[in-house]
Formats: sequence, C-alpha cells, structure tokens
Amino acid sequence: MSSTFLGMPARPPRSPYGEGHLRGDQAFPQAAARELGNRQLRDNLHKATRTIRAKRLAVTAELPDWEELRSAGAALKNEAMSRLPELLEQLEAKVTEAGGTVHWARDAAEANALVAELVAATGSREVIKVKSMATQEIGLNEYLESQGVTAHETDLAELIVQLADDRPSHILVPAIHRNREEIRRIFLERIPGVDPDLTSVPAELAAAARAYLREKFMTVPVAVSGANFGIAETGTLSVVESEGNGRMCLTLPKTLITVMGIEKVLPRYADLEVFLQLLPRSSTGERMNPYTTLWTGVTPGDGPQEFHLVLLDNGRTAALADAVGREALNCIRCSACLNVCPVYERVGGHAYGSTYPGPIGAVLTPQLAGTHAAKDDPNASLPYASTLCGACYDACPVKIDIPSLLVELRHQTTERTGRGAEQLAMKAVAAVMGRPKLYRAAQKAAAIGRIAAGRDGTISRLPPPLSGWSESRDTPAPPRRTFRDWYASEEGRRALAAAAEHQDLDETPEGER
Amino acid sequence: MRIGLFATCLGDTLFPDAVRATALLLSRLGHELVFPPDQTCCGQMHLNTGYQREPVPLIRNFAEQFGDTSIDAVVMPSGSCAGCVRHQHMTVADRYGDAALRAGVAAVKDKTYELSEFLVDVAGTVDVGAYFPHRVTYHPTCHSLRMLRVGDKPLRLLREVEGIDLVELPEADACCGFGGTFAVKNAATSSAMLADKLDHVTSTGAAVCTAGDSSCLMHIGGGLSRISSGTRTLHLAEILAATHTAPHALTEAAR
Repeated sequence: MSSTFLGMPARPPRSPYGEGHLRGDQAFPQAAARELGNRQLRDNLHKATRTIRAKRLAVTAELPDWEELRSAGAALKNEAMSRLPELLEQLEAKVTEAGGTVHWARDAAEANALVAELVAATGSREVIKVKSMATQEIGLNEYLESQGVTAHETDLAELIVQLADDRPSHILVPAIHRNREEIRRIFLERIPGVDPDLTSVPAELAAAARAYLREKFMTVPVAVSGANFGIAETGTLSVVESEGNGRMCLTLPKTLITVMGIEKVLPRYADLEVFLQLLPRSSTGERMNPYTTLWTGVTPGDGPQEFHLVLLDNGRTAALADAVGREALNCIRCSACLNVCPVYERVGGHAYGSTYPGPIGAVLTPQLAGTHAAKDDPNASLPYASTLCGACYDACPVKIDIPSLLVELRHQTTERTGRGAEQLAMKAVAAVMGRPKLYRAAQKAAAIGRIAAGRDGTISRLPPPLSGWSESRDTPAPPRRTFRDWYASEEGRRALAAAAEHQDLDETPEGER
Repeated sequence: MRIGLFATCLGDTLFPDAVRATALLLSRLGHELVFPPDQTCCGQMHLNTGYQREPVPLIRNFAEQFGDTSIDAVVMPSGSCAGCVRHQHMTVADRYGDAALRAGVAAVKDKTYELSEFLVDVAGTVDVGAYFPHRVTYHPTCHSLRMLRVGDKPLRLLREVEGIDLVELPEADACCGFGGTFAVKNAATSSAMLADKLDHVTSTGAAVCTAGDSSCLMHIGGGLSRISSGTRTLHLAEILAATHTAPHALTEAAR
C-alpha cells in the first residue's frame, strides 16, 4: 500500500499536549497518596459526598420511571453521537439563522485564541463567566490573563477556587474540598473591601460574594459560558444552574460567548424533557434546578445583542472514533459518579490531575488527551484509579458502563506499552494457568510460601511490588493442602459421602431433581 | 442436579476451606458433584488488569472443562469469578476467539452461578439446615452486588441459619478497597478504603465478617489480622456448611 491512500481517514486529533487542564504532573497513585495525607480534605469530602448521595437517592427513588428515563437518556445520547456531523451542521445553520455566529475550534489553542479575539473586538478587558467545564478544560481563564483580560468566575464555588488560586476538584461542587472556615479566610484575604468581621455562617459568606459579584454583573459587558445542551433542531442553547449568577451573565452583558463541546448537541427541543429530569436529580439531588436558561440567537432589545458559539473538539472526535470508549462522550457532567465513588471520596479531585475527576474523568481524560504523548504520561495511570466496584455505573443517569470502559482502556494501555515487567509476569501467569499440569506444579510451589509465614501462620511483609499491600494487610500462609488434593484424597471422599448421606437430617430443598 | 464445581484459583490454592465447605454443602443438599481436574482459573485478574489476549487459553480451558452438557450448573464460591465468566468471557471471545470459543463461552456462561444465586434461584432453597451460633456481619462484595445483582440472597440464606446473631454492617455496600491489582497499584488509596471498612466491621462487635468472595475476605481479613481485631473472616459457604453434627470450629478468641 502506498503511503498516500485516498479515502483513509486521518487520525482524529487529540487535545494538544501541555494545553489546558487535561493532565496532571503526577501519576494517580502518587497524587492520591499526596492528597490522602490531607485529613481535612478527606473529612470535607466524606461529609459532602455523603450528603449529596443521600439527596440523590431520595429524589431518584420518588420517580417510578427513573430506570426508563435513564434508558431514554442513554438512547438519545447514542443517537446524537451517531449523527454528530449532521446535527452539528444543523445546529450551526439554526444558530446563524437566529442571528448568532458559529466558530469551530479543533483544540484548546484554537478555542482560546478565538475567544480572546472575540473579547478583544469588544474592547473590554474583563469578562464575567458562568461555571463551565469546557472553558476549564481548555484553560481559558489563564489564557485570557496572558492576553491582559481578567475573567471573573461568578459561580460561588468557582469564585472561591479562583480567589484562592486553587483548582476545582469536583464537577458540580468545585470547592468541595474547602470548608466554611477556609472560605471565610479566603474571602477576607481576597475580596476588596470585605467586612473584616465576616463570620463563617454560610448566609454571611454568600452575602459577601453577592455584593462583590453584583458590581461585576452590572459593569462587565462580555460574558463567557459553556452549555449543558445545544439543540440542533432550533439552534437553542441551554445552561442549568442553581444560583442565578448564570442567568445574570446570560442576559445582562452586550456580548455572550459560549464554548460548547461538540458532544453536547441534542437532536430535538423535546429531548430536553428527559435531560432536565435526569440532570438535576443526579447532580444536586434536586427535583429541578433553580435556573434553566434557554436562548436562541439574539433578540433585538433583549439580552445580549451579539452571540458567538464556539464548537470545541479538543479530542472529542478521537474519542468518538473509539468504538468502545465513545460511550464516555454521553456524559452530561452531573457528577453523580464522583459522589458515589469510594476512590474519589478518599482522594478528591486533584489526584486525577484533570478538569474531569472521578470515574468519568478516568475514562474521559485519557481519551480526550491521549496517553501516548510522553512515556510516563500521568493519564496512563487513570484507568487503574478504580476498584471496578461499579457504583458509578449504577448512579449514571445515562447508563455509561464506566467499569467496562475502564477495563477496555486498561487493555488499550497494555497493548500499547509493550513489554513491561508486569506484562511479562501476566504472560507467565497465563502460561501456567493455561496448562493444568504446570498449574498444579505451581500450586505445590506456592505452598513453600508457608516458610515465609511466622508461627502465627500469616505473612506480614512481602517484597515489591507487593510491599504496598503488606503495609496494611497480613496475608495468610498457603495451606498445607489445596482443595483439589483434599477432594482427591480418601478423607475428602469420605467427608463428601458422609455429607450426602446426612442430607435427610436437613431440609431437602424444593425443586430438587 | 449435576453440578460442576469450580474451585477458583484463589480458593483452590489459598482458601481451600471455602471450597471444601461449598462441596460439602452441595453434597448435603443432595447434588451430584463433578470436579473437572484440569480446571485452573477464569482469567479475572488478567482481564481486570487490562490483559485480554493472555487469558484466551484460560477462557478456552474453562469452557472445555465445564462444557459437558451433562453438567446442569457450574457453581463457584466467588461472585467476582462468576461475574467474570458471565459478563467478561464473551468480550474476549468476541475479540480474540474463534467461532468454537464463542459457542463454548455462550453455552457455559448461561449455566454459571455464584453459590448464593444457585441455592436461592436454581435449587430454590433458603434454609440449608445450617447451625452457626455466633454473631455475624455480612459484607456484600461489589461484583456480587452490582455485576451479578445477587441482592439480598446471601442475607436470606444467613437469616435461616439456626443460632446465628446476624448484625447489619454499617455502609455495607461500600467497596472494601481490594479491587484485585488495585490494592497493589494504588496501595495507599486501597488502605484508606480498607481502614473505613475495618472500622465498620469492628463496630458491629461481630465474631465473624462473612462474604461470598475469598478475595475481598483476604483483604478485609488481612486488615483485621493486622489490627489484631477480635473479628475474623469466613466465607459464606463455611457458615452455610456448618451443622449441629459438623459445627464450625471458631477459635476460642473469636467466640
């Protein structure tokens, strides 16, 4: 085959290396160990995730058709993904028709540059922002800052994180790792003119943020948002939120710039019916979120008079091209999987190194950003950041089978990394397990492990790579005799025969043949 | 029924008491046992660690050992191995296998059961005539709970055990942190999860923490042993196999 083969699709682009926030600087096990050292963080997370978990269970249980809604959500998302090019073009046509302007960005660098240009054209040096995962993912705030533009986050939790020069650690509750007292200190240090007697009473903290933000809403002429949904049929964009700050940003400024991941498109307006039930119940544990804003292009004399929609790829078509992994694109960013994940609950969002933490992040991040760019790419450790307990799958409102996707990504990782020590060991184990005679010989050899055990019959120290295990767990000494040896022995035969004879002493089960 | 007993590699080699109890229990209930001597391992460790090519021979061997149509059901004292056979073998067969392997896997997976599922759903019994006069708490392992959906079947079996003092485990459905190679690759996080599980187990004052998976019990038991707790772990089969005539000999310390 010649090197130029017409008709062969090019490899879809991944999110570029080093751009945005889709990669941490440490592999998960190291980053997690660092976070585990923070007792305050663990307590905060424990309390917060437990509360949201209970709320979500209560409001999903009260819907008799919750399982059907989940299936409907999954089906609609699958439809959208399988018709993505067509739906995006329809969305573009409808937005344009309604007076908006559509831009396409292949990656974070293109999206950032586009937004910066659009802001520059307005002459403003400030923007107000609606909480948005897409702009977080591409590192828009930092890029704008480099261009002399200040981005003000207006979501309370995002504001806390921004004021603290911190990074969000949760999709829904970015400041979940902070408690009231910490927030009080951050506000005292960072909000100009704040009351020095500010207490840590939530209402007082909220009032302080409100006063600060109100001034921004009234004076900044440009807003930047993400989008929860984009409706191809009508060109309608939607943001759902709890605080009303989004409504302010989406209606007060002269110019609105929305950065939307291309996977957020839905075919029809009527599809919102399903997602506006699934999202708030899964996310905040509310029956309905307090503010749902829908807008279609621009309306003369009402709301922003200039509307730009930036459609962001940044690795999404690469994920879409993966027949198995593409399911992760169905994510509606509700964060239910984070709140039920026992791993997330212990280590928090920063351990994942990405804008997308938790179980969904562990599958989405490696797909968007790839794991190939550097040899020790921290993202390659993310698919292993799970015990595969499956709580995330049960909680997901669009039934993304996260455990199976993690297993698939692990497989892709091992296929790519070649001949590591682990791979050789796995091959060796498989070779033994695949040959019954060798297996029996290995069982005999394992019994030698008895020597390693002390008089108490347990092994308390193991060599690397098992030393991490033995730091907090004893291992029983291999028993003198395997099951199969007992089964084949005279003693085993007699015991089983005796058990069979005594069956009449016990209740004979029904349905016995 | 004619039952193919799958010992699982971990059970056969490290926890023979659990498999022995399974065999004795099934015999006592009047079933005929078959133990294919060339059985080895279901390949779960490989699959869940990301190796799908390597376990192909294991999966082929499993299907061959238990494919015999005279075997009515394949039973194993492990929720995670049953989950692997039922839900993961076909993924590998589809990817790397041939038509024969796919057919073999399909035939075996539909008659594969974890012990409590078999007893309640197939054999149709909840009272197995067991006697176990001790305080017990039950940990529902993740793969039994969410992959196999065994629900409260193990608890229904335990409730019928004579003399048992069954106490609820707080936050029972939280993962213990084992996760196979997760406990090695992410040892620190796994330990943090284990610590919480141990707190909950010891808070019950139970003499025994039981479950349907030796692997999770190895993790929890290893932790209980390290903190010198008075609670020990026993596989569900060991409790169900205990009777008046053959009581389980708990150590004095655990009584």
